[in-house]
Amino acid sequence: MSGNTAVGEAAVLAGCTCYFGYPITPQNELTEYMARRIAEVPGGVFIQSESEIAAINMVLGAAAAGARAMTSSSGPGISLKQEGVSYLAADELPAVIVNMMRGGPGMGNISPAQSDYLQATRGGGHGDYRTIVLAPSSVQEAVDLVYVAFDLADMYRNPVVVLGDGMLGQMMEPVTFTAPPPKKEYPKDYVLTGASGRPSRMIRSLLFDTKEEEEHNWKLFRKYQLMEQNEARYETFMLDDADMALLAYGIAARIAKGAIKRLRQEGLKVGLIRPITLWPFPRKIIQEAAKELADFFVFEMSTGQMIEDVKLALEGKGHVHFYGRPGGVIPTPVELSRIVARHYYQSQRSKRR
Amino acid sequence: MKIVYSRPKSMKEAHFHYCPGCGHGVITRLIAEVVDEMELRDKAICVAPAGCGMLVYNYFDIDTIESAHGRGAAVATGIKRVLPENLVFSYQGDGDLAAIGTAEGFHAANRGEPITIIFVNNGVYGMTGGQMAPTTMLEQVTTTSPAGRDSLTQGHPVKICEVYATLDGTSYLERVAVNKPAAIIKTKKAIAKAFRHQQQKTGFSLVEILSPCPTNWKMNPLDACRWVDDVMTKIFPLGLIKETKKC
Repeated sequence: MSGNTAVGEAAVLAGCTCYFGYPITPQNELTEYMARRIAEVPGGVFIQSESEIAAINMVLGAAAAGARAMTSSSGPGISLKQEGVSYLAADELPAVIVNMMRGGPGMGNISPAQSDYLQATRGGGHGDYRTIVLAPSSVQEAVDLVYVAFDLADMYRNPVVVLGDGMLGQMMEPVTFTAPPPKKEYPKDYVLTGASGRPSRMIRSLLFDTKEEEEHNWKLFRKYQLMEQNEARYETFMLDDADMALLAYGIAARIAKGAIKRLRQEGLKVGLIRPITLWPFPRKIIQEAAKELADFFVFEMSTGQMIEDVKLALEGKGHVHFYGRPGGVIPTPVELSRIVARHYYQSQRSKRR
Repeated sequence: MKIVYSRPKSMKEAHFHYCPGCGHGVITRLIAEVVDEMELRDKAICVAPAGCGMLVYNYFDIDTIESAHGRGAAVATGIKRVLPENLVFSYQGDGDLAAIGTAEGFHAANRGEPITIIFVNNGVYGMTGGQMAPTTMLEQVTTTSPAGRDSLTQGHPVKICEVYATLDGTSYLERVAVNKPAAIIKTKKAIAKAFRHQQQKTGFSLVEILSPCPTNWKMNPLDACRWVDDVMTKIFPLGLIKETKKC
């Protein structure tokens, strides 16, 4: 199954009943899958909207009406959705937004890239807010994280971004759809259904009173702090005896694992830290690793975006190395292993000196 | 003693922020009266806009949600698709619907979404201080058309009802005004009719309401009411524009 269709099926199994989307490559299979699949869901809603802006605002309406709602897009379309994401965060409404990243900026191209890391992890739209960002590195993990995404969205009443890329969306891998964990009941005391037998409700983000707006900002901030405490996820690979830790996420982490296996055969002690949540960023494992080793090698399919978070986590400790291929170029494990090996040997030499 | 006039149940006890002579207050109240009279308070969900109408959620005692500027029809679509039996209406101004939200309104109308848009046309951006709107009259002076709106560089007033009438998804479109008592009664009837169209799922319904804005037109309230008749209705003729089925 392709990553795009698997994400669609996982969303339906997770209880998503509303999908709104606008065609853009490389995620069209997801929109097309939902057009067919949602029709089989009781109360299922699929709309091919007139724009990405309309799609995210339909998501907002459906979320306000109490449904599990999703939209998906890629770079240029995600930019257009940012207005709505900001409102979702401000209104504290749950939603899942899938971004199958491609080369950018501007129109860029339709090849896999990791160009939207900063946009995704810094909120993306206007205002003081954050979104949880989940970065799967296989089709199976995409399925598993879509289940997680809907739950986190409901738990925190906050938009959650699933950040994949064109390769993850397009590639076919075997996948098992285990039943998603039973849907927890989340309080829905904010949902608009008509003021029948209860006082009327209001969902808004306009707070003219600066004190009210400030308190709203701090309230959101406290929620984000809770997410930082509880939701950071990562995977480590061959890290225990490593002299150098690679840091890569998503599809780049797959390439990094391939490179590490080659390097290990040659006796180079290289491991991997793979952030699964890009926000909250798994700082602690990097800080733990910094107690044991000094060399951190960041590998991204961009000119370097996650590297900022790695440096922030290290707080000046260690040496940060970097290799990036932007523009939709997919480096091979062999290519990466050569670069890593060069940095590895240089570090070893400078240590001996 | 018999009570002949009081605050509608669908309204909270609050002071309007609207300027003296503004049509919004009348329109807000008319909607609440219709919701009461049609016994729809339990089912009604209002989508509030950005602009002067944005604070309707402080006045309506029904479920309300704020939308980003221009996105009311998309938000209303999302709600209505999840809750098809509820009354879902979007309250939007001319900048909101006829400029920044052109695509959202047009396509909701084209899909025949069974929602209602209450479209308040006063020919200016009110809340931001009287800039030119897509519905500003030719030669009308605003803060961003200081020499008067010039069709050569600033285009022509947009006629939303007439444009939407070409779309097969629309079932009820009427243009009314709130500048005098007889017109206000017609407006109330039009709002009720639009809601009946929604209840009977005939398609998309919209009531365009010509509304005075004395503050930004730089007129006293009486002159503003006259200006609606003397100038606006010449470009925006009142009356039923389209009705596909009697409701």
